[in-house]
Amino acid sequence: MDLFEYQARDIFAKHGVPVLDGDVIETPEAARAIAERFGGRAVVKAQVKVGGRGKAGGVKLASDPADAVAKAEAILGMDIKGHTVHKVMLAQTADIKDEYYVSFLLDRTNRTFLAMASVEGGVEIEVVAEENPDALAKIPVDANEGCTPEKAAEIVAAAKFPAEVADQVADVLQKLWKVFIAEDALLVEVNPLIKSGDGKIIALDGKVSLDENAEFRQPEHEALEDKAAANPLEAAAKAKGLNYVKLDGEVGIIGNGAGLVMSTLDVVAYAGEKHGDVKPANFLDIGGGASAEVMANGLEIILGDPDVKSVFVNVFGGITACDAVANGIVQALALLEEKGEAVTKPLVVRLDGNNAELGRKILTDANHPLVEQVDTMDGAADRAAELANAK
Amino acid sequence: MAIFLTKDSKVIVQGMTGSEGMKHTRRMLASGTQIVGGVNPRKAGTTVDVDGTEVPVFGTVAEAIEKTGADVTVIFVPPKFTKDAVVEAIDAEIGLAVVITEGVPVHDSAAFWAYAGAKGNKTQIIGPNCPGLISPGQSNAGIIPADITKAGKIGLVSKSGTLTYQLMYELRDIGFSSAVGIGGDPVIGTTHIDALKAFQEDPETELIVMIGEIGGDAEERAAAYIAEHVTKPVVGYVAGFTAPEGKTMGHAGAIVSGSSGTAQAKKEALEAAGVKVGKTPSETARLARELFAAK
Repeated sequence: MDLFEYQARDIFAKHGVPVLDGDVIETPEAARAIAERFGGRAVVKAQVKVGGRGKAGGVKLASDPADAVAKAEAILGMDIKGHTVHKVMLAQTADIKDEYYVSFLLDRTNRTFLAMASVEGGVEIEVVAEENPDALAKIPVDANEGCTPEKAAEIVAAAKFPAEVADQVADVLQKLWKVFIAEDALLVEVNPLIKSGDGKIIALDGKVSLDENAEFRQPEHEALEDKAAANPLEAAAKAKGLNYVKLDGEVGIIGNGAGLVMSTLDVVAYAGEKHGDVKPANFLDIGGGASAEVMANGLEIILGDPDVKSVFVNVFGGITACDAVANGIVQALALLEEKGEAVTKPLVVRLDGNNAELGRKILTDANHPLVEQVDTMDGAADRAAELANAK
Repeated sequence: MAIFLTKDSKVIVQGMTGSEGMKHTRRMLASGTQIVGGVNPRKAGTTVDVDGTEVPVFGTVAEAIEKTGADVTVIFVPPKFTKDAVVEAIDAEIGLAVVITEGVPVHDSAAFWAYAGAKGNKTQIIGPNCPGLISPGQSNAGIIPADITKAGKIGLVSKSGTLTYQLMYELRDIGFSSAVGIGGDPVIGTTHIDALKAFQEDPETELIVMIGEIGGDAEERAAAYIAEHVTKPVVGYVAGFTAPEGKTMGHAGAIVSGSSGTAQAKKEALEAAGVKVGKTPSETARLARELFAAK
C-alpha cells in the first residue's frame, strides 16, 4: 500500500525524522488558518500517489493566507495523470541550500534490503540512476543487523555527503531505518532531503509503501487506506475477503489460484482478439477451497459489475475436487436467486483436474439455462469472449 | 531420481496439529511420503493417529531430527509464527525447509533468508507462499495433489501452484521427476535457477518446464542461466500479460512496477535464451509434448 505524502510525513515525524510543519485539507477555505499559523507563507501541494505533480502544476507557493486559499482552490479537483486531487497539504516554506536523496527498500533480486543515497536529490532518482549512476550509492543492509551507526556512516561516505552534514544525515538514516522496520515498510524514500539555510537537514517530501501482509501486527495501518479512491467493487470484494482487482474489460473472471487466474486473463484477452476485442473485466482468485459461499460471494461481485457481459469460471481441481466446485456454482446461483438477484449474464464453466467428470455431470444435471460448459481452458475462454461480444 | 526430495526423505511437519497441517499430513502420508513426526512444543511426547499411522509429536525440530533422522520439514504455521519456525529449522540444520504459509511479511522472509545465509546456508528453503514440491511415486512435501500425475521424465519449476497442477495434469502421460512450487512472494528461498541447476544435473529429468509470472526479474535471470548452463530442452510459460501496472495480482510478488517485471520482457528474455514459450498453459503443454517426442 502506497501512502500519500502527508501520511508519510506523519509517520516520519512519529519516528523522529526531521520534517516541517504541515497539515492536510480537503476544502480551500481551510488553507487560511494553516497559512496564518505558518506566518502567512505556505507551500500548497497536491496529494496524489503519482510522480511528476510539480511539473503538472500541483505544487504552488502561496504568499499569504488569502493566496493559500486561492492556490488550494486551483489545485483541489485538478487531474494529475488520471489522479483527481481530493486533498492538498500545506507545508511550511523552506530555505533550500542543497537537495539530497535517501531511501531504504527491498532489493528483490538480491533478497536483501538496500539503502540508496545521493547528493543529487530533488529530481527523479530514476533519472540520476540512468544518467549518472556513480552519483547514486547503493549499499545492502542486512535484515537482521539493520542500519547501525557504522552502516549509516558507510552509506554517508559512499554517497559523498559533505562533512558538515555527515552526522546529521547518518542520524536521519538511522531514524528512517526505524520507520522502515517499525512500520513493516517496503519502501521509505526521502526526496528531497534538504540542507536548509541554517544548515539543518530536513525531510521535505517522502514516499512510504507498506507491506499489506504485515497488517496483523500493524493495526494502525488500516486507517491509512484511501477508501475514497478504492473502486466500489474492489472495496466490496475486500470486505468479503476476496482477492479481486477491477479491470476495464467485459468478461468477468473467477478462478482458483493467483497464477491460474492471471493466465486466464491472458487467455481471455487472446480470445477476445477474434471477438470484437473484448477483454477481461477483473481478476478474482477464490483460492484453494472454493466453498459454495465463496463462489456465491465472487459471483455476486462479478455479476454486480455493469461492465460484465459474460462470466468465465475457470477452475482446476487440485486440492479441491471439481464436484465440490460444481456444487458450489449450483448453490451460488440458487443463493443469488433466493436473494432476489436476477442472474442474467451467461456463465461459461471449465472444470478440469480432480473429479472433473463428476463436476461436469453435476452442472449438466442442474441444467441451469445460463450455464454452459466447455472442457478446455482455451475453448472456454473463446466461448466467453464470443458471448461477451454478442451482448 | 528426482530433485530435492526422494523416497528416502524423512519428513516432519511444523504445525502438524493445526487444521491445515493435519489435512495435508494425511494427504502426504496417503501419497507415500515418509512422515516421521510433527513439531508442537505444547503437545510434545504425544502421538497423533493419522488414518491408522501413529505420528509422534516432538517439542522442537532439533529433537525430531535427533529421534527420527528427519531431513525435510514442511511448515504450516500461521504467518505470525512463520519466521520463528523457519529460524528454528535453520538452527537445527535440517536439510530442506518447505514453507507453505501464505501472507508472511516481507521483513520476516528477508530476516530468515539473511539468517540462513549467516548460518552458512545449511538449510535449503522453499517458499514461503508455495505449494511445496513433489517427486511423484516417491514423496510429497506440501500441498500439491499427488493423484493428478505420475512419475516420469519432466522436471517442473513454478511460481504458481494451480498452474503447476494444470501442467502436471496436462502432461500426466509423460509424467514428472519432480515438480517444485517456489512461490509467488517477493522474497523466496529456492529460485528458478536453483531448480534449473538441479534438473540439469538430475539424470532422470529429460525436459524442463518453467512457469513464471509478472514481478521481479527472476525469469530474466533464469533465462541468462539457461543460455549459459542448461543443455536440456526447456519450455516456458509466463502469466500476467494483461496485468495492469501497479496492481498486485493475488501473489504478493506479482506486480508490474513501472516498466519492470512485465510478462512481455520475461517472455522475450526466455525466447532469446532458446526457450520455447507457450502462449497459454495448453500450448505450453503441447510444446513440451512435441519437444519430448523429438528428443
